[in-house]
Parts: sequence; C-alpha cells; structure tokens
Amino acid sequence: MTLTLTNNEAPAKGRSLWDDARDRLLANRAAVASMIVLVLIALLSVFGPILSSHNFDTVYRDYVKVPASLSAYPRADQVEPAFMSAARRARVTVDSYAREGDTVVAEISSSREIDPRSVRYIDRSDLFRNAELTGMSEDKKSATLRADINFMHFYFGTDANGRDMMTRTFIAGRVSLTIGLLATVVAISIGVLYGATSGYLGGRVDQMMMRAVDILYSLPFIFFVIMLVVFFGRNFILMFIAVGAVEWLDMARIVRGQTLSIKRQEYVQAAEAMGVSDRGIVRRHIIPNTLGPVVVYMTLLVPKVILLESFLSFLGLGIQEPMTSWGVLISEGARNLQGAAWMLIFPSIFLTSTLFALNFIGDGLRDALDPKDR
Amino acid sequence: MTTETSKTVLAIKDLVVDFETATGTVNAVRGVEIHVNAGETVAIVGESGSGKSQAMMAAMGLLASNGRTRGEVTYEDRNILGLPIRKLNSVRGRKITMIFQEPMTSLDPLYTIGRQLAEPMVVHGGLSWKAAKAKALELLRLVNIPEPERKIKSYPYELSGGQRQRVMIAMALANDPDVLIADEPTTALDVTTQAQILDLLADLQKRLGMAVIFITHDLGIVRRIADRVYVMKTGEVVESGETATIFTQPAHPYTRMLLDAEPTGHKPPVPDSAQVLLEAQKVSVEFELDTGFLQPKHVLRAVDDISFSLRRGQTLGIVGESGSGKSTLGRAILNLLPASGRVVFQGQQISGRDRAAMRALRKDMQLIFQDPFGSLSPRMTVGQIISEGLLVHEPSLSARDRDLRACQALEEVSLDPVMRNRYPHEFSGGQRQRIAIARTMVLKPELVVLDEPTSALDRTIQKQVVELLKDLQKTYDLTYLFISHDLAVVRALSDTVMVMQRGKVVEAGTVDAIFEAPKSDYTRELIGAAMLTQQQMMETA
Repeated sequence: MTLTLTNNEAPAKGRSLWDDARDRLLANRAAVASMIVLVLIALLSVFGPILSSHNFDTVYRDYVKVPASLSAYPRADQVEPAFMSAARRARVTVDSYAREGDTVVAEISSSREIDPRSVRYIDRSDLFRNAELTGMSEDKKSATLRADINFMHFYFGTDANGRDMMTRTFIAGRVSLTIGLLATVVAISIGVLYGATSGYLGGRVDQMMMRAVDILYSLPFIFFVIMLVVFFGRNFILMFIAVGAVEWLDMARIVRGQTLSIKRQEYVQAAEAMGVSDRGIVRRHIIPNTLGPVVVYMTLLVPKVILLESFLSFLGLGIQEPMTSWGVLISEGARNLQGAAWMLIFPSIFLTSTLFALNFIGDGLRDALDPKDR
Repeated sequence: MTTETSKTVLAIKDLVVDFETATGTVNAVRGVEIHVNAGETVAIVGESGSGKSQAMMAAMGLLASNGRTRGEVTYEDRNILGLPIRKLNSVRGRKITMIFQEPMTSLDPLYTIGRQLAEPMVVHGGLSWKAAKAKALELLRLVNIPEPERKIKSYPYELSGGQRQRVMIAMALANDPDVLIADEPTTALDVTTQAQILDLLADLQKRLGMAVIFITHDLGIVRRIADRVYVMKTGEVVESGETATIFTQPAHPYTRMLLDAEPTGHKPPVPDSAQVLLEAQKVSVEFELDTGFLQPKHVLRAVDDISFSLRRGQTLGIVGESGSGKSTLGRAILNLLPASGRVVFQGQQISGRDRAAMRALRKDMQLIFQDPFGSLSPRMTVGQIISEGLLVHEPSLSARDRDLRACQALEEVSLDPVMRNRYPHEFSGGQRQRIAIARTMVLKPELVVLDEPTSALDRTIQKQVVELLKDLQKTYDLTYLFISHDLAVVRALSDTVMVMQRGKVVEAGTVDAIFEAPKSDYTRELIGAAMLTQQQMMETA
C-alpha cells in the first residue's frame, strides 16, 4: 500500500542508492561548479605543460623574477642594454645600434678580426635569436650584426631561477594531484579493509588491531617521514607510502565505527544465519555499506594529503628540484613575497581553488549520500 | 455520518497535503474532512501510507519542509492552517497536543523526567520552578505512574516503555488541552502495556473531558476506545461513522477488507507418525553484563532451561512480551548464539559446533526477521540477495543457474521475477518480507525460524504473508518455529504454543488448550489484553 507500488511500469533495471545519490549530487550547484573547476585544473595540469611553449625546467637567465604579464618579453627598454652586454661578452664594440621592428641591427667593430662564431654570444642571450653577421668588412674588423628579438610570454612571471611559473604551476599540479589521489587511494584501501575486518571480527582481534592503530597514531608523523627519508632517500613513491601510511589510520577508525553498527543490522545476521563466510560478509555486505562515508571522507582526504605534501616539501623533505609541487612553489613564493608576489599568488590560486572544489564536492556528496533522505 | 455541531472543537476541511520530491509531487492527503467534538474519541484508521498521520501533522504545522498544504483547519473559529509559528504555538502544544509512537526517542536522555515536564510550564506558562515541579508531580499521579516522587527524579532510561509513554501523556496534558492527538501511541508497546495505556487514555478523557483523535492501524484498538471512526485509504477518507455501524455494516469494500484481514483459521494437525526434526533439551542462554571494574559479573539468564521437540511439518508458536527471551531462544536453536543444553536437528547434535561445522547445516535451517527494511542489504539487488545463499551452499552453480533459481524463488512468493534487478528500497514492506522469504526458500530448508515476520506489516499485508507461509509449509512440508507477540497470528499458524516470560516457559500445549483453557495467570492476562477486541469482533462479525 505504499507509494512505491504505484509505478509498476518502471523498467526492470533497478535504481540503486548510488543512482539516487548521483542525481542529488548533480542537483547541487556548488558541487557541480566545483567539479567543473576541478576537471579544468586537472586538464590544465595534464595538458598544460605539453601545450606550453616553455619547459618547466628551462632557465632563462635574463628573465629572473620577471613579473606576470600578458604582453611579451623583452620590453622595449630591455633590448638595448641586453644587446650591449651581449656584445661586450663577444668582445666587439658597438658603433651604432638601431632597432627595426622585431630585429636589431648594429654596426660592430673590433680591434681584432671578428670571429663569425661570436654571434653565439648574442644567441646565448634569451632575448635574441638568429643572430647573423652581414657585410663583413675587408679587414674583418667591422661588420653589421642582425639579430631577431626573441619574444616570449610569461603569463605567470618567472621564478628566482628564471623559469616560467605557468608551466611550473601546471607541472606542480600534476604532482600534487597525483600524490593527493594516489595517497588517498592507498590510505582508503588499507583503512577500509583493516577497519572492516577489525570491526566485523570484533572481540580480541578487534582490540589488538585497534591498539596497533593507536600505537601508530602516537608516532610523530614528521619523525616517521624523516626516518623513511633517511633509510630510503628522497623519492616520489616514498611520499605516497609516508602519507598513505599515516592517513589510513583515520580511515580505519571511521570504517570500524561504521562496521560496528552495520554488523548489528539484520541483513548481516541473515547472512550469518545463511552460513556466509566472514570474508563474504565483509566483502558483500559490510564494505559496500560503509562506502558512503568513505567517499565523503575521501574528498576531504585529498586536500589534506595535498597540504601534507606541501608541508613536507616546505620542510624540504618532499619533491626534489627541478620537479615541483604546489607546496614547493608556495614555499618559494613565500620566501620571495617582497618584490615577486606573483610567485606566491598563482600557485596559491590553484591550490586553494582545488581545495575549495574538493571540499564543496565532499559537502555535496555528504548531502547526496545522507541516509536521512531514505 | 455525523455532522459538525456547536460542540465541535477541531474541524479539518478539504485538507490537501502534497510533498514535492525529486521524483515529482506525491499527493499524501487529498481533501480530507475530519472533525472532533468535545469529549469524543475519534479514530483514524488506515494502513501505512494512507496519509492518516500526515493529515494530522499538517493540521499541527509539523510537516517536513517539502510539504505543501491547502484547506482549512478550524479551532475555535480560527483557521490555524498555515499560521506563522509564533501564533500557532499559542494553540499547538497548549490546546492541541500530540503524543507519538516512539516513547524511547521522544524524551531527552540528558534531563530528568521532572525537569522535562516542568520546563515548558516555566518557559511558556510562566510558573516558578517550584510550582512547575509540584504540577509535574501532580501530572505523574494523574497518569498513574508508580512511585511518582521517585520517578520525577529519574532519567528516561530508568523507565520502561509504558512508563515513558505515560510521561509523554502527562506532558501532553500539562496545559489542559482541548484536543489530544495520539499517533499510534501503543504500537511500540507490549500487549499488556498497550491495554493499560488505552485504559489510562479512556479514563483521562472521561475525567478531563477533552477530545481525542486516535491514529492507528489496529482495528482492535478502534473497536475498544473510539466513538467514531474515519477510514482512510491513499489520502482520502473512504468511510466514516459510528464505530458500531462501521464494524457491523461496513459500506466501503476497503473497510470490509480491513475487517476481514484478521488472521483466522486453524492449522491441520500433523500425524504423530511424523519424524521428529528438532529436539531441544534444557537450552539456556546467559549474558554477562558488564557491571564495572572489580565488581562481580552480573549474569542475565535470557533463556532458562527450555526443552521442546518438533515434528516435521509442525509449527511451534512461541509467545511472549518483549524481553521474554523468545528471539534469543530462536537464535540459540540455530546456534547463532553460544548456549548451553542440547539441540538435535535431523538426528545430528548441533549445539557446540563451530561456524565451519555448522555451515553445511545452515542450508536446512533458516531464519526470517521481523524488520523487512533492515534485513535486506540496501546496496544489493534483490536477485543478488536471494541467490547469495546459493553462493555458499551450491558453489558449483553457474551465474545463470543461480539467476534461474532466484526467479523461481520469486515466483514462489508471488513476486514478478522481472523485478530481481531492483534494489530493496524500491519495494513496499510486504514485498520486502516476501523477498526475505524467497531468500530462505531458494535453499529449500527444512526448518524455518520466523522471528516476528508479520509484526512490522499492515493487517492486510500480514494476512497475505501468513497465507504465503501456510502455502509454503503445505507444499514443502516445512517446519516452523514461529516467534511472535501477536496472539491472533500465532493462533492461526501453530500446532503447539509455548508462552514465555522472563526466559522461562510459563505454559505450553496445543493451540486449543492454550487459547481455550489457559492455565496460568500470565497467559490469561496476555490473552485478555490481546484477544478481548478480537473476540468482540468475532461476536459481532
């Protein structure tokens, strides 16, 4: 006699609770906007470095800490001094200097014969390319030097080593998101299995397993990471292990708590009465029913892990140069805040919008999965 | 059909309640007219989902946030429907009060009974704490709580369910209301407690002269206390009138169906030659209660020295109030709990076996639960739920065969196998209980322990499930251990009956012996509390 009965024409394929949750999530505007933002950031992180005209580790010595700008470098007033200093390095005297559009034309002379290879000095500067000597005089002591100005864009500016911040921010996104995701997956898989087993078996096994968790909890995290770094050296994989190995503890406790209430549900008792093995019960009945809170926790764990990684990198225990992550960029930016604020601003924008988006999605998921609606 | 008079205190006219949900608008109440006169008891009867509670909640402005109302609710010549909360509160909770089904959760566990009773009087009534406490004590006396001086200082957990419901009634009476709306106030209580609460309500009404609107699904209660009845179905009042008229000359087919839904009939006896399937000797279950550090352990004997034997095809009904140990006994028989004593099933001793050794036998002994909402895993499809047992007991079956067996099982319980890919939440309570039965039937068991399988269902659905259980028993020569507090169902299904109280067997015998000539006082009390109404109905029907 309930209202669900009225719809007998419904398709035979049922709507699972997950389907309902997804619909509710998609009706949540903040969550959908956050998902779009997150996808954009992820796409930028994956494809940005490929599409960018700079490599993340290319050093432009002439562009150290240039501010973020939409217009191209070099600026008009930078060209002549840079040309002069390049010419000095080539040991030639500049007799006349003229800029013709995007090229520089100069009459040069020298007390000795001009080596045609000395154009390399000009090319070596980040400002010029295709330098060539024309109209070499008879005694080879004077010539006309032409060089194209090499225009480059640094939309996010450059860092203290003269590397393009935009590419570095994107590549850092790759690293941060990967760590966030992988460490979370590690933490969740260990935590869910451990917690569900401990909670379901109960009794002495539960006591032992949870005391082990308590002991691990009491180890200072930084001490733990430093030990790992000392033993195994710094590397990328270690980050997952270190972060995952610590974060699963929370997960295990959450899942254990869930399991304790689920195992008193009648469907678990029914399975027991049917003779289903412990493994079957944990796998088919307990874990699927704990996944709601787990998914929510996961979206909150990813930002936590990203921040942890930032913290470790900030301390110098994380990612190694020239690889970088948002945490590394931000810590460098913080050091150069005076005079080079862009170094802090752009990675911070990316990190905070990712964290915001993940938190909003987590919020939306919590609402969507709320059993109160059932 | 009575019409409104000057004595009418609360009148509901053309009340419509709609709920906006993600899947569309649900019309919970469609134009209901209900009124109640001073000093009158009106019952609203209907099955779950008929909108009887929602109509009253709407009148009280207690709907969920997605509810929309239209119509008129008149109290003292004023339409109170849709009033802003401040104005509504001058009526609600003072002149029109409500008591709910669940006495366990309606009281705040952190405050004493006295404080919870006194607080509204201090905050709303402007009384001093001292005066309020005195009034609270007076109220507790009014609702006949034993030792009110002590109870006023206790916390809710120290009170039994019936006592808590009395406190709730006392709370509702605090401001001398004109109308008391009781929403299934006795459904969560044992039969004997239920009878006491009903007596109390009738008595209070006589003394205080208020109007009572009683929402229930139980026709027995209606028959016992109501002056007039409204029968509701799918949001509409299908019939209304004097109680006696409704019961003797029901006009609407739905009312007739409700009246016919009382379980009747008798189980044909099993020949004595039938083989003994299950034998229990001196079964006891003890729970150790944690009393604290360095204190002697307190041992609770939930099941105390119980013996019985069951022949193939027989049904043993186990009757008792909550806490009598009947469910514990059922689980102990299935070796799901550590128990002492000896249980022999099909000639094999099963007590003391560990889980692995039990597994082979689990196929033949099954358990069906009371709550069809809790006993099905919410994230598995019905097909998966039903065929899970096959995974364990017939692992050689292919996925196709399992699916086929699940379809057969669904057909056996009269459900369309097309629905096997749906999830449990898409089914109604009765359908879910059928799914739970299909889950056990797929394994072709010998013995089924039925733990209150019909208690959570509406009467009409209950009847269908009882019929289904009877049919299955006939077809497969099943043996049932039927645990219930519902004596009517037990009477219709069982060969022998065992009455339990506090873990002990009070009385045991054949159905006729127990029901026609009960020997012990407790049995008589149980039958009196439960059957009174049904016997009356049999006389009139």
